[in-house]
Amino acid sequence: MIPELGHFALVLACVLAALQAFLPGLGTQRGNPTWMRSASSLALGQGVLVLLAYLALTWAFIEHDFSVRYVVNNSNTELPLAYRISGVWGGHEGSLLLWSLVLSAWTVAVVALSRRLPMLFRARVLAVLGFVSLGFLAFMLATSNPFDRLIPPAMQGRDLNPLLQDPGLVIHPPMLYMGYVGFAVAFAFAIAALWGGHLHAAWARWTRPWVTAAWMFLTLGIGLGSWWAYHELGWGGWWFWDPVENASFMPWLVGTALIHSLAVTEKRNTFKRWTVLLALLAFSLSLLGTFLVRSGVLVSVHAFANDPARGVYILGFLAVVVGGGLTLYATRAHHIESPGHFELLSRETLLLFNNVFLLIATFAILLGTLYPLIVDVLGLPSMSVGPPYFNLVFLPLMLPLLFLAAIGPISRWKKTRARELLRRLQVPLILALALGTAVPWAVFGSTSALVLAGTMLGVWCISGTLTALWRQFSRMRRGTSAGYSLRRLPRHMIGMTCAHAGLGVIALGIAFTTAFSVERELVMNEGDRVAFAEHEFVFHGVREVDGPNYQAQQGHLSVYREGELIAELRPEKRTYLVQSSPMTEAAIHSTVWRDIYAALGTGQPGGGWGVRLYVKPFIQWLWGGALLMAFGGLLALSDRRYRYRRGRVRA
Amino acid sequence: MKRVTAWGFCLLFMGSACLAADETGDERYQALLYELRCLVCQNQSLADSDAELAGDLRKRVRDLIDQGMTDKQIIEHLQARYGDFILYRPPFAWRTVALWIGPFVLLALTAWLLLRRIRRRHARASGGLSDAERERLAKALKRGDD
Repeated sequence: MIPELGHFALVLACVLAALQAFLPGLGTQRGNPTWMRSASSLALGQGVLVLLAYLALTWAFIEHDFSVRYVVNNSNTELPLAYRISGVWGGHEGSLLLWSLVLSAWTVAVVALSRRLPMLFRARVLAVLGFVSLGFLAFMLATSNPFDRLIPPAMQGRDLNPLLQDPGLVIHPPMLYMGYVGFAVAFAFAIAALWGGHLHAAWARWTRPWVTAAWMFLTLGIGLGSWWAYHELGWGGWWFWDPVENASFMPWLVGTALIHSLAVTEKRNTFKRWTVLLALLAFSLSLLGTFLVRSGVLVSVHAFANDPARGVYILGFLAVVVGGGLTLYATRAHHIESPGHFELLSRETLLLFNNVFLLIATFAILLGTLYPLIVDVLGLPSMSVGPPYFNLVFLPLMLPLLFLAAIGPISRWKKTRARELLRRLQVPLILALALGTAVPWAVFGSTSALVLAGTMLGVWCISGTLTALWRQFSRMRRGTSAGYSLRRLPRHMIGMTCAHAGLGVIALGIAFTTAFSVERELVMNEGDRVAFAEHEFVFHGVREVDGPNYQAQQGHLSVYREGELIAELRPEKRTYLVQSSPMTEAAIHSTVWRDIYAALGTGQPGGGWGVRLYVKPFIQWLWGGALLMAFGGLLALSDRRYRYRRGRVRA
Repeated sequence: MKRVTAWGFCLLFMGSACLAADETGDERYQALLYELRCLVCQNQSLADSDAELAGDLRKRVRDLIDQGMTDKQIIEHLQARYGDFILYRPPFAWRTVALWIGPFVLLALTAWLLLRRIRRRHARASGGLSDAERERLAKALKRGDD
């Protein structure tokens, strides 16, 4: 009964989405304010219904309703409660439902927080969001209904994919989707502006907080995904350039570009067309990512051709949304004037080049992700594009970006002088050169070009942005107390500093962990000792452990440093009872400076166990940096000018 | 400022002096594994795969290194046997030209177009005339004076 209610709620939500997509839009064309105003109630109603459907599916998971096909495929009576709740988005149908739920949440947020936007504009924004929602709800009902019944019901479920039974899964997808889908709001704002035919100065101010919020969630989502892969895959890797990762990374890069170009549009009233195009692009890449992940085209082109219904639908929807958006852009964009003038060396130009590097990097990733698919479709012998390609192409594009990240905040709008920049950045320059060479040498005893560049640019980026903040602080400090001016520092400025510093922290983390990680793969018997990278590992053997829905062999290692016990590691090799696939559960001892990572391999025929040991310096800096970046986004969002100005729009 | 630069270069040279690190067979082995794809996995390198075939291929790479083959020879050996699919670094060939140089050509093109545009716009804004036009105007005015 409850699954039927969920299904029914989904159908009703789809009807409301259709109304929301067309009624307010028609209202703006015919000047009918009642139709325009209907958008808010329709959006709220749709939000409630999607939430009901979502709760119904969750209930089916919690109660083990094995008459629902989706629950059978992704759950089991032995599955712990936390994973039954997160298992709702563990498969294709449920992740689409989560997608829709997140879109509804963003739409409701727009309804609640943009009461003061002009009615016409607001109706158009909600209409576009309704259209996107309609596309996904109809897709779910037509091809991927999570409430499909299984007759006769199964006695037991096939269990959730063991890879997904990890705390990382509980938070990673919702965060990622909040980011992905959040760009739909920026997309809707851009379409609404193009629809109206002109883009007034306030547009950028309205759009900015939404983009920042989506970007913040996406940053967290990608960071969590990387952390999850590090913990769960058991090989110590943190980024694989997997097409699924790329699918989330591309919107992030374009979203980052959008944040920067919005800043120019708001402050200088220029780059308008470009900003609108980026807003369209960010969401288009989110949709493309959804297509790549959801259509099965990545697993193999042939799997896609065998069951094309889903893929063809998303591709069609992608064509309508992206094609429609770009067509509208092509016909309307030339009405948008960007009057601002600036010189060759100015903050505008620096930000423009930030955008160029970010977009070319996006293009390179897109090319690398799609190239094997295109080669396959053309019938040429299949090929792979993997990490060596991406590292080689992506890194050279990121180094100039890091370099610019310190200069941008300290430069002037319109016109800035090279000599002045050099003077202001004297301290960061000295720091970068000194620390960039001294630290790798002193701490690790050797350096390579990558470490040298990474350290220098990391230090440069952190100290450069801090210098910019310090300048602002000392300017405000004149005549007031330090505490007072500290409180009065604009939040968006502190946020920007955090985000740029986070980038620098990530650069340092990547440089050190890539260059100085040490790994050993060996067979160990009980009592064996091995020493490397200043640590000594003692293996105490393996014992059997039972989990709720798995059996595990648990190894036990003691780790010593300078004769002192610093960690007991218990890596596991788990066999999940239902899917009987072996899973590695790494044991990790983390400190700020290094991780000690142990994974258990297989038992050897002649006795002893395969063990993989890693010492990974600075690896936590990657996620620390990502957190710092996201925190920067949060600070920027809390800036008081958004609240203040939102109140003024009505006038 | 000069002193700063001098100091910087000093440090730079000190840094690059310690670049000399001799690669042992172990390091070559690890590096090679990250260049090669496990043929039966979704998308994992030989270094990151539990699959049996990956284990066999790892042993093979180890053997080839012990036989004294260079990295290039090992890659060519595996490529001949398993095709381009095993290489995570696509070889540079006519069908990968767009892949390898595409991004950099696009970067050069975009940078050139943008710089040209900013210069022109700036020239238009500062008096609305380009250098050539200003010269012509000056000449015309001079002629008027005569």
